[in-house]
Amino acid sequence: MEWETVIGLEIHAQLSTKSKLFSGSSTEYGQEPNTQANVVDLAMPGVLPVLNAEAVRMAAMFGLAIGAPIGRGNVFARKNYFYPDLPQGYQISQFDKPIVELGHIDITLENGESKRIGVTRAHLEQDAGKSLHKDFAGMTGIDLNRSGTPLLEIVSEPDMRSAKEAVAYMKKIHELVQYLGINDGNLQEGSFRCDANVSVRPKGQKEFGTRTELKNINSFRFVERAINLEVERQIDLLEEGGEVIQETRLYDPDKNQTRSMRSKEEANDYRYFPDPDLLPVEITDEFLDEVRASLPELPQVKFKRFMQEYGLSDYDAGVLTANRAVADYFEAVAKDSGEAKLSANWVIGELSSHLNNHDLLITDSPVSSEMLTGLIKRIADKTISGKIAKEVFQALWEGEGSTADDIIESKGLKQITDSGAIEAMIDEIIANNQAQVEQYRSGKDKVFGFFVGQVMKASQGKANPAQVNQILKQKLAPESE
Amino acid sequence: MINKTLTELSAGLKDGDFSSVELSQYFLQRIAKYDDELNAFITVTEEQALAAANKADEAIAAGTAGVLTGIPVAYKDLFCTDGIRTSCASKMLDNFIAPYNATVVEKLTAAGMPMLGKTNMDEFAMGSSNENSYYGAVKNPWDLERVPGGSSGGSAVAVCAKLAPVSLGTDTGGSIRQPASLTGVTGIKPTYGRVSRYGMIAYASSLDQGGVFASNAEDCALVLAAIAGFDAKDSTSVEHQVPDFSATLNDSIQGLKIGVPKEFFGEGLDNKIATVIQEALQEYTKLGAEIIDISLPNTHLAIPSYYVIAPAEASSNLSRFDGVRYGYRCEDPKDLTDMYMRSRGEGFGTEVKRRIMTGTYALSAGYYDAYYLKAQKIRRLISNDFKQAFEKVDVIMGPVSPETAFKIGAKTDDPISMYLADIYTLSLNLAGLPGMSIPAGKANDMPVGLQIIGNYFEEAKMLNIAHQFQQATDYHKQLPAQFGGEK
Repeated sequence: MEWETVIGLEIHAQLSTKSKLFSGSSTEYGQEPNTQANVVDLAMPGVLPVLNAEAVRMAAMFGLAIGAPIGRGNVFARKNYFYPDLPQGYQISQFDKPIVELGHIDITLENGESKRIGVTRAHLEQDAGKSLHKDFAGMTGIDLNRSGTPLLEIVSEPDMRSAKEAVAYMKKIHELVQYLGINDGNLQEGSFRCDANVSVRPKGQKEFGTRTELKNINSFRFVERAINLEVERQIDLLEEGGEVIQETRLYDPDKNQTRSMRSKEEANDYRYFPDPDLLPVEITDEFLDEVRASLPELPQVKFKRFMQEYGLSDYDAGVLTANRAVADYFEAVAKDSGEAKLSANWVIGELSSHLNNHDLLITDSPVSSEMLTGLIKRIADKTISGKIAKEVFQALWEGEGSTADDIIESKGLKQITDSGAIEAMIDEIIANNQAQVEQYRSGKDKVFGFFVGQVMKASQGKANPAQVNQILKQKLAPESE
Repeated sequence: MINKTLTELSAGLKDGDFSSVELSQYFLQRIAKYDDELNAFITVTEEQALAAANKADEAIAAGTAGVLTGIPVAYKDLFCTDGIRTSCASKMLDNFIAPYNATVVEKLTAAGMPMLGKTNMDEFAMGSSNENSYYGAVKNPWDLERVPGGSSGGSAVAVCAKLAPVSLGTDTGGSIRQPASLTGVTGIKPTYGRVSRYGMIAYASSLDQGGVFASNAEDCALVLAAIAGFDAKDSTSVEHQVPDFSATLNDSIQGLKIGVPKEFFGEGLDNKIATVIQEALQEYTKLGAEIIDISLPNTHLAIPSYYVIAPAEASSNLSRFDGVRYGYRCEDPKDLTDMYMRSRGEGFGTEVKRRIMTGTYALSAGYYDAYYLKAQKIRRLISNDFKQAFEKVDVIMGPVSPETAFKIGAKTDDPISMYLADIYTLSLNLAGLPGMSIPAGKANDMPVGLQIIGNYFEEAKMLNIAHQFQQATDYHKQLPAQFGGEK
């Protein structure tokens, strides 16, 4: 039987606010346990939550960016359950009135086609603390630094049909939240996590199959692997005549397997109800206008503009707009140098490979956009060849100079375009290599390359290659007179 | 000393008739003398009171004192007090010391009021008799065999027996007005949102409101003005101007339209109470008011609605008492579940557990619409009743409680009959309206309170109306014989 996979994702993106969703404590990562938890985060008796306006603004930005209506009277609700790292005994979340309603985002499939994925909703909620099971023999330590950190839970429609589509969607959301500056994109630190709802059904069947939920997958690679494993498991089960049980499963990246965490029967009844400590959040038109005005150019728009304005291929435009910092870098170089195509090639090629090799972000690049602009100007005005330019780039990367011009000057890399000088070099080489001249003239065209190599060697690579070719061809031509 | 109003005490302090230390000592001595019998206090904070009184005396000497500086106060033991145990009258919090002050405590401390102690109450404010306390029942000073009402029984009794000149309580369904009525003191529950709930341990967040017990409306006005106002730490507190409640106390009430809901005089009301209330209303007509019959047709739905909403919120509010971070933890827990179950099972009393169970049930999947949602709809109907009534009248009056103080233990096994004691008070909390109880006479030799219900944020008008009554009558001046009253 042919099977179809159905996937929906729930992404938890930590909002980049300075303080927590309902308290003034810092959200900074990696601090000493319980140093960023005040009486509100500890849920001491009598304390009350006060909503962080910045988190609301960020959530509204996300909503506008995915074309979703913003809940004008969105409501915080309590999700009740007991857990030691959940101090209140409930999580403040949003239930039937989320801040972001139905929106969408477009992903690009492998065949290059675009597919629209529905975003059911996105809502604000508090993160829990952490239970630490190591280092406390027979006991559990609780770290409440993360308790109360603002999360935006982004829930997709069950619109994805393969693990690859799920990853493409996850990457698209990841890219968007960073573009908006509302999430730091750090998957290792858990700032961007994902649960996947997976089911399979016979191809052509309308009803969904029974789904399982894969919890807390914190890398793009693991999402793909975990989903594929789960799809395989479900198909095997069904083909052997068994049935899929609705349950929550945990992906273990070390063993590359999923295992059952709890079944539907064991699931909590969360007893959601509107939090009486918080009033509904009224969103005004003025507020939305303000947020709209503060939105940066979104990836899709930038992508189209880059193709139009800079004449880039869709591949180049796609690579350059996948990350806002990369797009900004490219655009600075392209504008200042006036050489869009050359700028694109250098950012995608030499710069990216250096950054990758050194595991650096573009914002930490030792070669700034001004430095690369200077270099590209010298390639454009033929001061240096592309080959020499790589040498100059390497020197800039290693901090041997602060501008391309400095390095070209100090290393004497300026291209030789004086045809008299090139002619003189060529004359000398022809005089010293008569045997090869004979070979060439008798029809061995390959020997031409030998001469080019000799000229470049003699000029230390600085001779203008076009001129070298032209003069060599003239000089090597069978003497006609 | 015990017959002086706060204004008179304030004048005495400023004139040097007595110091704040002397005044505080006076009340501390009364507590020492009488509280073994009354059990109004859970914690007496003599040391802190005298230290604060000393500071108050310095401020008075320096001329920087306000009207309340140097006058001692007692707090219901659910207002968090920095460094001093806040127990909520529960074994769960018997060992709990908050590292912060409730906003109202912060405000009265800043006003220079020494804290005499923390008063007894029904556990987590759940009860109408003050029998549900881990620290034992509070006795009614008018008859030690009877209850003082609840849940703020200790605060009412402290004022009734003059163990404190003024005290703070909270009212979720009548917990200020009912004990005020049963002990013959003046109590005011302001409009929901008027007083910050920060640091006030929550029972039912959408209904809880802090307020004042004192000997008369004039004293209530002074202290209410000091605790009222918007608080950035409480999102449900309201940014509404706080007037000088004392300034309008003597306004004329000529032509005042008093609405009297027929639903407050139905079956279940003690006839002798009905008589006291009718007499009080006649007193008002003498003062120039007009009595208008009105109807609040959904009154009978207040009890079922309240006893869904309040326990539902409580079941969630009390989840934080899990034995993990503070409060009671059972001995030698086997595992996490055992710790939760035994800590909560052993730490909470019967009534608290009953309400947690009721509320958990009401919020459960499949029951939410039938109970919680329906109760919220009823809540709107009740609010609309009042809204319509206030289009015709300035204020509403009626009894506070259908009966006078009953014998300790009389209703212990019958929680439903206990819940019925709140029939005239609950609907205000559901609507968020302000209410008062002022002494209006006696029935069965026990005090009877008249309830004054105002429109939203009309506490000034209510206090004015109460004060005018108290200028014409002396019920509020009567003290139980055993505690200093005339024999």
